[in-house]
Amino acid sequence: MYTTELQKTASLGATEDPERLAAFEARVAADEFIEPKDWMPEAYRRTLTRQISQHAHSEIVGMLPEGNWIGRAPSLRRKAILLAKVQDEAGHGLYLYSAAETLGTSREEMIEALHSGKAKYSTIFNYPTLTWADIGAIGWLVDGAAIMNQVPLQRTSYGPYARAMVRVCKEESFHQRQGYEIMMVLAAGTPDQKRMAQDALNRWWWPSLMMFGPPDADSPNTAQSMRWRIKRETNDELRQKFVDITVPQADALGLSVPDPALRWDKARGHYDYGEIDWEEFYAVVRGEGPVAKERIAARRQAWEDGAWVRDAAAAHARKHGRREAA
Amino acid sequence: MASLPPIDLPSNATGAGAFDAPAGVEGNPLFEYLLRLGDDSLVLGQRLSEWCGHAPSVEVDLSLANMALDLIGQATLFLDYAGEVEGKGRDGDSLAFHRDVLDFRCCWLVEQPNGDFARTMARQCLFSTWQHLLFGRLAGSADERIAAIAAKAVKEVAYHRELASEWVIRLGDGTEESRRRMADGLDWTWRFVAELFEMDPLAGFMAEKGIGTDLAAFRADYDAAVRAVIEQATLPPPPDQRPILGGRRGHHSEHLGHLLATMQFLPRTYPDARW
Repeated sequence: MYTTELQKTASLGATEDPERLAAFEARVAADEFIEPKDWMPEAYRRTLTRQISQHAHSEIVGMLPEGNWIGRAPSLRRKAILLAKVQDEAGHGLYLYSAAETLGTSREEMIEALHSGKAKYSTIFNYPTLTWADIGAIGWLVDGAAIMNQVPLQRTSYGPYARAMVRVCKEESFHQRQGYEIMMVLAAGTPDQKRMAQDALNRWWWPSLMMFGPPDADSPNTAQSMRWRIKRETNDELRQKFVDITVPQADALGLSVPDPALRWDKARGHYDYGEIDWEEFYAVVRGEGPVAKERIAARRQAWEDGAWVRDAAAAHARKHGRREAA
Repeated sequence: MASLPPIDLPSNATGAGAFDAPAGVEGNPLFEYLLRLGDDSLVLGQRLSEWCGHAPSVEVDLSLANMALDLIGQATLFLDYAGEVEGKGRDGDSLAFHRDVLDFRCCWLVEQPNGDFARTMARQCLFSTWQHLLFGRLAGSADERIAAIAAKAVKEVAYHRELASEWVIRLGDGTEESRRRMADGLDWTWRFVAELFEMDPLAGFMAEKGIGTDLAAFRADYDAAVRAVIEQATLPPPPDQRPILGGRRGHHSEHLGHLLATMQFLPRTYPDARW
């Protein structure tokens, strides 16, 4: 899963040493990786910490809508695949928290920021999973959008983030295929199954397009992030790529994309698509998504209910002088 | 230190009433035996997967999902084979999703709700220690398919046993709160241990054929292993409790029906669909 950069990028302070800043920018421009012990501008550190931790939070919160269907997966094979997939998301969360920690913020601080509502996560996970087809649609559309976002991040300027993305991308591409395969079976199935599949596409289409973030015109920090190679393509470029790839996939399934304005523009060589409801997007960013309260409540409860376990593991490790194994 | 519950169950169990009276060897014993093996793994895998996204830390979440995956994999192998042995065109999925409580053959221990993390780990330690010893023996089963499945699964279960034992130790010898919870977890699950070792006529028949194994033969190893973990956890050994039996004959806890209602809902609601 991927989270768009949802908060304002800190502006570059005037306090940075101009010589070091110039040397840093030259390295970035030469496509060198910046490593944890290297000098970096504070604004770069803050922006990356925020982006990577939001990405990590999205992986962890993203386990909930899919986890909702593990117990009800309709076959043993589907159950095993979904368990493995959600487990991959947990693994992604883990490497991303570790990558963010190399920038100097602890995992506990990041989790605290998530639970207090200070840190954001991808808006997409604030929508509910109602039927089994939602598991297909999430794999196909949400992981499909994630791949579109994450492939360029394998070349992002911060080394630990870029390397984490290499592994994440491989796994996401498996997730996307398993999602599409679920949709293929449903779309070719009974009328009830086909109805589930179409309804899932109807509900997940627009939120998936919103995953790429606000239009470029309303994304004033894109230029700085591109300059620092934290970001490598703009929101609108990635969104267009996603639409162009996904529409023919929907056609192949025999499902209709819920956008009356959708049409192939021969001159541009791209699909034109309708207006995205940005009011909805900003409302969900503010925490007003249909199941936003449930998601955060579930994360807080897991964390609070687990406190005694983490405390016990730490106490045991102290008593026995061993490294904490929890 | 008190010993684990006595295992001379036939004298204990027979005459105890219709609920837990042992069944004779009827029908297709290999099929019945495979259901016992497969249903234990399936139901415990289903239970563990309920933790997914809700565990005390990301690392713990990953480890619980790992165990659930192994167990679902074992269940698939055992139940697919059960379907073949039965010869009525059923496969693992039809057995998992289209049987009701009376036809399930899992033990009571695996049906128990997760409770808190301590109870989940008590259940896992008591079960995985048993399953590890069992599969070690079934790897030499006269039935090649069972031997092959057990030989693969015994490696997975060695890890489950180790992980759960370490948690029992860590929680027992952690904080005051974790110690109290761990003791409660063991107290809750202790009455279900005897069923793991129940040698009813079917288990005896399979052991004689060399397909199954004499469960009593590794009871002492089991008791010693569990006792060592509880000692290392600095916990007092749980007092003996009256054994609760019946799962192997379809007489289960109330919890199993709810677990099945969740697990089976889609295939039962849409019986004509393929997924």
